[in-house]
Amino acid sequence: MHSIGEMTEDQLAIKDAVEKTCSQFGEDYWAKTDETGDWPEEFCNAMAEGGWLGVAFPEEYGGAGLGLTEAALVMQAVTRSGAGYSGASAIHLNIFGPKPLEKFGNAEQKQENLPKIISGQEKMCFAVTEPNSGLDTSSLETKAERTNSGYTINGRKIWTTGAQRADKILIIARTTPKEECSKPYLGLSLFYTDLDRGKIDAKPIPKMGRKAVECNMLYIDGLEVPKEHLIGEEGAGFKYLLQGLNPERVLFAVESIGLGFAALERATTYAKERVVFGRPIGQNQGIQHPLAQRWAELKAAELLAYKAAGLYDQGVDCGAEANAAKLLGTEAGFKACETAVLSHGGMGYAKEYHVERYMREAMLARIAPVSREMILNFIAERVLGLPKSY
Amino acid sequence: MKVLVPVKRVIDYNVKVRVKSDQSGVDLANVKMSMNPFDEISVEEAVRLKEKGAVEEIVVVSIGPQQAQETLRTALAMGADRGILIKTDDNVEPLAVAKILEKVIGEESPELVILGKQAIDDDSNQTGQMLAALLDWPQGTFASEVILEDGKINVTREIDGGLQTLSLQTPAIVTTDLRLNEPRYASLPNIMKAKKKPIDEKSPGDYGVDTAARLSVVKVTEPPVREAGEKVEDVSELVTKLKAKGAI
Repeated sequence: MHSIGEMTEDQLAIKDAVEKTCSQFGEDYWAKTDETGDWPEEFCNAMAEGGWLGVAFPEEYGGAGLGLTEAALVMQAVTRSGAGYSGASAIHLNIFGPKPLEKFGNAEQKQENLPKIISGQEKMCFAVTEPNSGLDTSSLETKAERTNSGYTINGRKIWTTGAQRADKILIIARTTPKEECSKPYLGLSLFYTDLDRGKIDAKPIPKMGRKAVECNMLYIDGLEVPKEHLIGEEGAGFKYLLQGLNPERVLFAVESIGLGFAALERATTYAKERVVFGRPIGQNQGIQHPLAQRWAELKAAELLAYKAAGLYDQGVDCGAEANAAKLLGTEAGFKACETAVLSHGGMGYAKEYHVERYMREAMLARIAPVSREMILNFIAERVLGLPKSY
Repeated sequence: MKVLVPVKRVIDYNVKVRVKSDQSGVDLANVKMSMNPFDEISVEEAVRLKEKGAVEEIVVVSIGPQQAQETLRTALAMGADRGILIKTDDNVEPLAVAKILEKVIGEESPELVILGKQAIDDDSNQTGQMLAALLDWPQGTFASEVILEDGKINVTREIDGGLQTLSLQTPAIVTTDLRLNEPRYASLPNIMKAKKKPIDEKSPGDYGVDTAARLSVVKVTEPPVREAGEKVEDVSELVTKLKAKGAI
């Protein structure tokens, strides 16, 4: 396990190969996609060609059969290269998004879909959150009504990443009204189906950072879904979704940590070169100490994130560690980016030095896919045993 | 055709090298190590020849510590077929490396050996030439193009005056220059496949080669720090300054 000792030979090889692949896409590439909003097509192709999208999927579908630890190494190397979330979010969904399909889909569904996702031939998007429910997933309003051949879905989804280009959509919708269910989180079903643009209108949401990878508001009007596209059992969708939450938290943590380290590298380089009052500003403890502090915070969060990944790979519950790593990792990542901007002085505010872009992107991971407050609620309730507060 | 490619584990070319405080060498503790870039070019060339159908098998050899196995795995992930690790913690000088390789070649009988022209740690640029002499094989050094044609190896070399093309009879030695090709990055499926490829473990003793050093390092020092220059407005100011410094 990477968290405690040295990396294994495989892990070193993976990290090295991803670093080399990412090194083809330098600061100018990402500054440009952030300006134009163009999808990082060349980067995604390079990652797909290298087989990186299949890191955590079984070999029978074209994957490498490795675990969350290795997937985390890949994603951390991506953000660390300076690709930040513009790079990570463009492939993140291919890497762990189809997990519910792999775990709960039937043989045909897997054989039909997983190889295409892993090869990059098809892209998917993930439609869970809705404007009126936020993190209260049991209150989702999108409905899937049964028809002779399957279901018809109507409703709205928000923050669906990559819907402009996705071929497929993994969508959760209510199949049984909440009041008819014994528990509020029952009656939700998961579907993996074609993103029919005649029935789904996807509108990008102008946002703070990561312009290259859009987030959308989806208006779903009469989407016909054959019953073969239902994942697992009807009504058990929420349970399936929960399985993917801990890996997602770990990946968000390491992605932010990677970005934080990239920001620190830029800040230290600048601090060594920038001479004011006859000496490099990096010789001043006022500059050194915040950078050193940020390094320590990133390193500590990194340990916890890989600890969580290692537990997950061993099949042990990692909820507490994954949540805590997400909280600490994304805060440490953001603070490192903020310190990097401040260390650059006025230049930190200029796009030319890239750290302001990192800082805008690092905000994303503090909010999505779960807020800091909900993580603290989880730890307070589930780890510390305090009464539920909401 | 069978090709042999020796690969060396060296300090990564991106690392800023630090001299040890006792000046006995450079600090290797906690430093990133990688395959010598010229050897990467050699592996890439062998793999390209294999992809063209001119080569059946690529054997990679590394002489070094246990961790040199990682370097061999990298070569296997790029497309080599099997590896030989000749394990030693000693610093093996080019002549001893060439002698060990001579014995390996005796066992493996490759028709072509592709080596990096030099390793970036000691920049010796000797092993390929010494090996050619020991074997009495033709050599094409500093190759910028390698073409297999009618049982011959045509090697274009970068020389001071331009380019020189040699036609070598097999078996032959080729050493690679920087512009021969751009090595590929290992893909994940190939990294996974490389895990299943065999690596034999040997020691210099198995080949009866004495690796004792013939050279002793007296002192290693950092290059002197270059002082900042001065900008001058015109030639007369330049001349005045040079005179003041006693340079002219």
